[in-house]
Formats: sequence, C-alpha cells, structure tokens
Amino acid sequence: MTDTVAVAEQTPDVEQPYDSLGLTEDEYGRIREILGRRPTSAELAMYSVMWSEHCSYKSSKVHLRQFGEKTTDEMRAKLLVGIGENAGVVDVGDGWAVTFKVESHNHPSFVEPYQGAATGVGGIVRDILAMGARPVAVMDQLRFGDIDHPDTARVVHGVVAGVGGYGNCLGLPNIGGEVVFDPVYQGNPLVNALCVGALRHEDLHVSAASGEGNLVVLFGARTGGDGIGGVSVLASETFESGGPSKRPSVQVGDPFAEKVLIECCLELYAAGVVAGIQDLGGAGLSCATSEMASNGGTGMRVRLDDVPLRDPSLAPEEILMSESQERMMAVVRPADAERFFEITRKWDVEATVIGEVTADERLVITWHGDVVVDVPPRTVAHQGPVYNRPFARPAELDVLQADPAEALPRPTTGDELRATLLRLASSPNLSSRAWVTDQYDRYVLGNTALAMPDDAGVVRIDEATGRGVALATDCNGRFVRLDPYAGAQLALAEAYRNVATAGATPLAVTDCLNFGSPEDPGVMWQFDEAVRGLADACRTLGVPVTGGNVSFYNQTAESPIHPTPVVGVLGVMDDVTRRTPSGWQGVGLALYLLGTTREELSGSEWAWVEHGHLGGRPPAVDLDAERRLGEILVNASRDGLVDAAHDLSDGGLAQALVEGCLRHGVGARVWLDGLCERDGVDAFVALFSESAARVLVAVPRSEEVRFTDMCTARQFPHVRIGVTDDSGVLEVQGQFEVGLDELRAAWEQTLPTAFA
Amino acid sequence: MKVGVVTFPGSLDDRDAARAVRTAGGEAVPLWHGDDDLRGVDAVILPGGFSYGDYLRCGAIARFAPVMGPLLDAAREGLPVLGICNGFQILCEAHLLPGALIRNDSRTFQCRDQRLHIERTDTPWTHQYREGEEIVVPLKNGEGGYVADERTLDELEGEGRVVARYLGGNPNGSYRDIAGVSNARGNVVGLMPHPEHATEPLFGPGTDGLRFFTSVLEGALTA
Repeated sequence: MTDTVAVAEQTPDVEQPYDSLGLTEDEYGRIREILGRRPTSAELAMYSVMWSEHCSYKSSKVHLRQFGEKTTDEMRAKLLVGIGENAGVVDVGDGWAVTFKVESHNHPSFVEPYQGAATGVGGIVRDILAMGARPVAVMDQLRFGDIDHPDTARVVHGVVAGVGGYGNCLGLPNIGGEVVFDPVYQGNPLVNALCVGALRHEDLHVSAASGEGNLVVLFGARTGGDGIGGVSVLASETFESGGPSKRPSVQVGDPFAEKVLIECCLELYAAGVVAGIQDLGGAGLSCATSEMASNGGTGMRVRLDDVPLRDPSLAPEEILMSESQERMMAVVRPADAERFFEITRKWDVEATVIGEVTADERLVITWHGDVVVDVPPRTVAHQGPVYNRPFARPAELDVLQADPAEALPRPTTGDELRATLLRLASSPNLSSRAWVTDQYDRYVLGNTALAMPDDAGVVRIDEATGRGVALATDCNGRFVRLDPYAGAQLALAEAYRNVATAGATPLAVTDCLNFGSPEDPGVMWQFDEAVRGLADACRTLGVPVTGGNVSFYNQTAESPIHPTPVVGVLGVMDDVTRRTPSGWQGVGLALYLLGTTREELSGSEWAWVEHGHLGGRPPAVDLDAERRLGEILVNASRDGLVDAAHDLSDGGLAQALVEGCLRHGVGARVWLDGLCERDGVDAFVALFSESAARVLVAVPRSEEVRFTDMCTARQFPHVRIGVTDDSGVLEVQGQFEVGLDELRAAWEQTLPTAFA
Repeated sequence: MKVGVVTFPGSLDDRDAARAVRTAGGEAVPLWHGDDDLRGVDAVILPGGFSYGDYLRCGAIARFAPVMGPLLDAAREGLPVLGICNGFQILCEAHLLPGALIRNDSRTFQCRDQRLHIERTDTPWTHQYREGEEIVVPLKNGEGGYVADERTLDELEGEGRVVARYLGGNPNGSYRDIAGVSNARGNVVGLMPHPEHATEPLFGPGTDGLRFFTSVLEGALTA
C-alpha cells in the first residue's frame, strides 16, 4: 500500500528507517515537527537526500559564510550571480559573462571509476548549462593512490577513460587540470571536474519557479533506478570492508543524450520559452522541485505518475531519489508550451509536463491520485540542519612541523644535482602528463588558445574580438597538511599566478574542498583553517569565490586524505592571441627569474621523491608579491614583452627549466651565481626550493630593456639567469649539463610505463 | 560558392567546419540530418563528432539519416564531399568509400598534432597541396584505425586513391598508415585527422589544413 499523507496521519507510530537513510534521531524529530505528523516514506526519502551532507552543507555552512562576508563591494561589482545558484556568473566585459564551477565526484569514482568520472563531467556541465550558458571547456583535477599500488591502475584507467569518453563525446575541449599520485588517496581517489560556460548578460537564467499556473516540464533522459541513494549513501559514508556492494548506487552516463540536451536547451533559451530551469543532479527530482519552488517563493504541484520511466516498477520514493543523468526541469509559461515542445521534438528530446507552479508555498506530489508529499519546499531545500562541529588542532601537527625537510641531506656536487634533476623529472607527479591529456580532445569548438601542458587553459569566447578567458586549478595537498591556512592560500596563489602567467587578469574563484570526516575534530580544524585562509587571501587579492563544492568523508577507516582544497581561478583577456605560452620556441631569448628564492624545501616534491619526507612548514605566502607579479605578467603579455612564461611550483626552478626546454625542444644555458648571491642560497636551493611568487620568463633581446625597466619601476626582484640556445642541451653552468633527448626520455616514460 | 555542413545529433565539429569554410572565403550552409534536401550547395562536409553517440557502430546509424539520400545521389554525380573523422566513418558505412574504421590499436582515444604525407592532389579538396607535401593537423579519435582487405588496399594504392598517410608514427593502427582515401573519381574524400582545426593561427598547430577548404572553393580540377 502506498504511504500517503492520509495514511501517515492515521499511523503516527509506524517505525521509519530514518537511521539507514542517514538521518539522526534529532533530524527525524525535526521533520516530524515541521510537518506536524510523521513523514510519508516519500517525504522521508526527500528530506534524507536533501539534508545529507552533500546537498545541505550542514557541517560546512557556518564556515563557508566567510566567503560571502569577506567579499567587498568592489569584488562583488563583477559578479552577476554569486554563491548559491547552480554556478557563479562573472562579467567579463563587452556584454559577455562567464559561469564556472568545480565539483567533486570522488566516491562514485572509486566504486566504479569509468561511470563515476563520466557522470562527474556530465553533472558539472549541466550546472553550467542551467545558468543559460553554452559550456565551452572542461578541466579535471584527479588524485590517485601510489603509482605502484596494484589497484591504482584500475582507478586511473577507468577515470581517465570516463573523463575522456564523456567529455570527448560531448564536444567540450579539455584544457587542463591536475593529475597527482600520493598514497593518501589510495582508498579515496579525488575526481573533481570543472566546467566553464559563456553567455551574453541578457541570456542569464535562474533556477526559480515563478508564475502561478506555469508548467513544470521534465525533459531529457527517462528516469531509471540508477543512482538511487547515490547522494546520501555514497557521499556521506566511508568505505569499510565487508559492507554491501554499492555499485548499483553509481549513476550511468549517456554523453550523446547530454550533447543533444545541450543543443536543445540553447535553442530553448534563444527562443525565450524558458521561465526557469534547473538540472537534475544529486537528489534528482527531490532537489529540483524543492529548490525551484523555494527559490521562487512559490509552491508546486507534481504528478509523479507523469514522470517518464525507464523502469516501470519504480516506487514513488525511488522516482524522487533517482539520480538518472541527462535530465533537466524547466518552468514554462502555458503560452510558450507549443514552441517549447516543437524545439524538444526537433532534437528528439522527450519532454513531459509533470506539474504546475502554485502560489501556496507547498510542494504537493501525488501518486495514483493520492498525495504522497505535502511539505513547505524551503524546509527541504534551504532550511536543513546546520552543525557547529567541534574542531581542534591535532596535536600531531606540532611533531610534523618540527621535522623540516631543510634538515635532510642534499646533493652538493654537479653530478648529484644532475641525477636529482633527472629523478625528479621522471617522478610520478612531475613527469609528462601527456599519457592522460592525449586521451582528451583539446581542439573541439576551435577556440582553444592554450591547453595542457601550458600553465593555464585559455579559450576564446568572442570570435569577432578575440575576447576570452583563462583558467587554472591548483592545490598541493602536502602544503595544506602541514599548514591548512597557508596551504589553502598557496593553492589560490598558484592558480592566480598561473592565470596571470598566461597573460589574463584574474577575476574570480571557484573551489572544491576535499576533506576527511567532519565528525573528526582534527579534520574539522583543517577545514576551518583552510576556508579562513582561502577567504582571507581572496579578499587580499580581490578575487571573490563564486561557488564550488564541499566533499567530506574522504577517508578510509581512520585515515583521512591530505586536506585538498582545489582552487580554480578564472581570468579574462581582451584578446587571447596575446596569450603567453609556457615553453620557449626561439633561440637567444633571455631567461629571467622573477621573485625571491628562499630555502623552502618542506613539503616540496624533492623532499617527497628523494626522501619520502613530509614535515616542516610550507613556503611563505606573500600575496602582495603575487599581485604585483601578476600585474607584471599581464602587462608583459599585452605589450608583447615576453615570448614565454612558466610558473615555478612543484619541483621549483629545475622543473620549470625542464618543461620550458622540452616543450619545443629548445635548450638553454643557465647560470645561478647572480641569483645565489642576491638571495643567499646555494645552487641546490636555487634549483629545487618551492618558494612562491616566482615565474620564469623568456624575453626577446629587443624587449629586454623595456621588460627590466618595468620590473625595476615596480620594484619587483628580477635576475637574468640564462639564455635559450640551439645546443640541444640544458646546461647549468659550473654544475652540469644534460641532453634534451635524455631529459625527454626520463620525463615522458613514467606514465606510459605504469599504465599503457 | 556554398559549402553545406551537415549536423547530425551528436555532431561536434560542425561549427568548426563551417568556420573553416568561412575562413577560406566561402559561404557555409547548415544542413540538417532530418531534411532530405541539400539546399543547392556546391559541396558538402560531413563533420567530426559522435553521430547518434556512435552507438551500434561509428556512422552506422547516421548513414540512414534522411539527408544521406540526396547526398548519395549527388556524390555519385560528382558533388565534392569531404568526410572528416566521424564523417569518414559515415562515408565508409554508406559505401561511398571502401574499408572501415575500427578502434585504435592503443585502445585509447588519441589527441595529438599529427604529421601527414599528402599523396593525392587531383581531388577537389586537395588540389592546392603539392604531391608529397608534409603537413601538420590535429588528430583526435577513438576509432580511427583504417582497415580493408588486402585486395582493396592494393587497389587503392594502385589507383592512387590514398589521399594522405600518417608520418612520424601510426597513431591508431591504420593499415599501411592510411589517414585518408578517396573514391575512384576523387570527388569523395574521407580523412581521419581534422584539417578544420588547423585553419587559424594560434588556435591549433598552424594553418596547414586551410587548403582543403580553399581547394574546393577555387574549383575542382577533376569534378
């Protein structure tokens, strides 16, 4: 028998499985209080998914408020839509706007790597589409376990094929991202996906149901049994051996359906027949109906019988919880309905009226004529529980910080430095990412001006003027582990620097905060520190956070991952043909190092690769230097003063030189004396320190005076450290030289050897 | 001159092919898979992508689209037709070109800047290239391995119908490094790599692909 509202009223004492749906006794009590009766099983399903950590942000909300509070009016001026919508929207000039967001799909990608990663791409693309934008590019931030662990290849193959299989078939260029290997991610790989979309200001759409009598239309794929409970079960529990298989909870993607849905939606927008729109992602119909009604301050009446099903045996609560992919919900004025359905028919997209907007601020859902849900939508969508989880600085952090990498034995002779450079260049995290990125289409849409392995992805959004955007994402989890406040700031600083290095003016930020269990006070402390650090740094740099995602419970039993707040920065360029690439092509270019090098080796790639060491404190954060460096790079790009520029981060100057040389096979002669003398460091520190706020630039002789004058006028440290040449060799004078062929062999072989 | 670009559900590089036609100085005319009408165009491009999701087999469903009816007739009459990537797969499925395209021997999708050796230059799509010329254009496919039986391959080579071959490493296991072939008359050309993504400086590896489009605009030699 269906558990209707009438039945619920008559049977107040029925035992309900709130516990196995992830609700606490208190939360269940609150639902009863809101409704004045016990919830029906359909209502319980809705509340349980919408009040899950993943949907409600119940543990993170009190911290995330800082992002809004620390955004000044000046920063807000560029925001057309801020945090809270499907994605933030930023004004990029000339009537253009850009919307972008990064999201996690970590747990599904461990259970079923291909589909987990594929639907991660699909979900974020629909978020962008729901804002009224044409999606124009994607990026993926991937973190896997130890490269030598037997399970890593399973996850890598599935995830990379899933990202490529879905994104390639969708026709979106993949313009960059990250691939990191570390044993802390062995049982919890991180699969984050970013999408960016472009729109004219007037095309902005919102997720709100307005206008009494307007139609609620569900369109796209049919609703099936996939992903039921995906949100609450998968995203909010840790994996333990011996538990039931969670495979059925992972959604299955159909990129072809999504590609058609994209084109169909864009045509619907152009026709002006969409009054409100939202994608169906986590929590499916439960989320879309309650959020749209809540956002619009309205109610909604929905007939579940009218939802087209792939599996006719689904129960009403399953229909409400299903996370079947490639579905959208629109609010349509009755007068526009005919035109709306004409367009969906053209694209062979199934579209069905499943209800109407009402004025009474109730979400009423019927099944076979009986009311199975009757709730105030706001209590489902926006008034979930909020927790002030206890947090405490973990005591072991003192031990960790008291063990700096600066105390480790280091190479001293030229031969030792040479061997170190080669080992680092071939290490899992510094070696060429081509085996991964060559499986992604970076050319489709024809607007890609830069993509991996350059520092930032750059795409044109206006073909007439060349206006476009640059995007970079970064996070060094080891730095965040050592000091979450500084580590999160370093992630922002690196992404900001990468965008500026490509020649774009940084504008706005998105983040994907991947952490362990919020019920662990130590993890919660890391979270609080990281959010505070990021919010403070965003304010200092003048770039607001526009949206993002929190992923908790990334841990296996008691061991959490490194706290990994992935930060994405978006920048704008008037003309993307002025972009600065990362590798030099010409001979005789002067190489300048911008910024100051300090003895900062803790948390570095060198300490990890050579000693398996993690301890000490991360490099110092200097946001003022980052901002001034960014201005120099943007000006240099606009005025054509540099031919190439490459950010210094993982692996330090040594790795920047390796990548700069190998990009186009043009060698370099480098001398470190001036740098060592000025900064008081030795050759080893000069090469392998990971001090922030540094960039290597290649300057044509004709522009050298103008370039150095600009640095001098801005009082920014700059030193000439070398020249590019046709020797086919990277030479560090007085220390060593290494042929580019040998270097390339070391750099390119690692990932193919492990995975091909 | 008007060049039609067909959009199937799941076509991805249709806008890029149209942009290449415009960059070359022509007029690009969108053609819809569901219309059995070529709208009076002088040449047709079947673009890259995953028509119908490439479900069943690449190009196997698209070949039955209504637009393919008049296209097949016109191609047999000599209309210049270029199939790029998925378009090449569709032309093979439609039997306008011999052979088939199968999954890459690497078993993975491959995206790279690919060197090509141009071998047939008397087609409406390639007459502005020199025979033996080397060019670089993007390659991006998961099922780009060109296969045919030995007799067909011998015939293609004997009749000079291999339009382009891979240089510097075979990216997908294509027999005899074949990257593109033509029909006997030369008006129908199928090519796995993407010349339309090498038509604008800085958006791709160069402009080596542009002459496929300027060739057809400036009049075919053989058609």
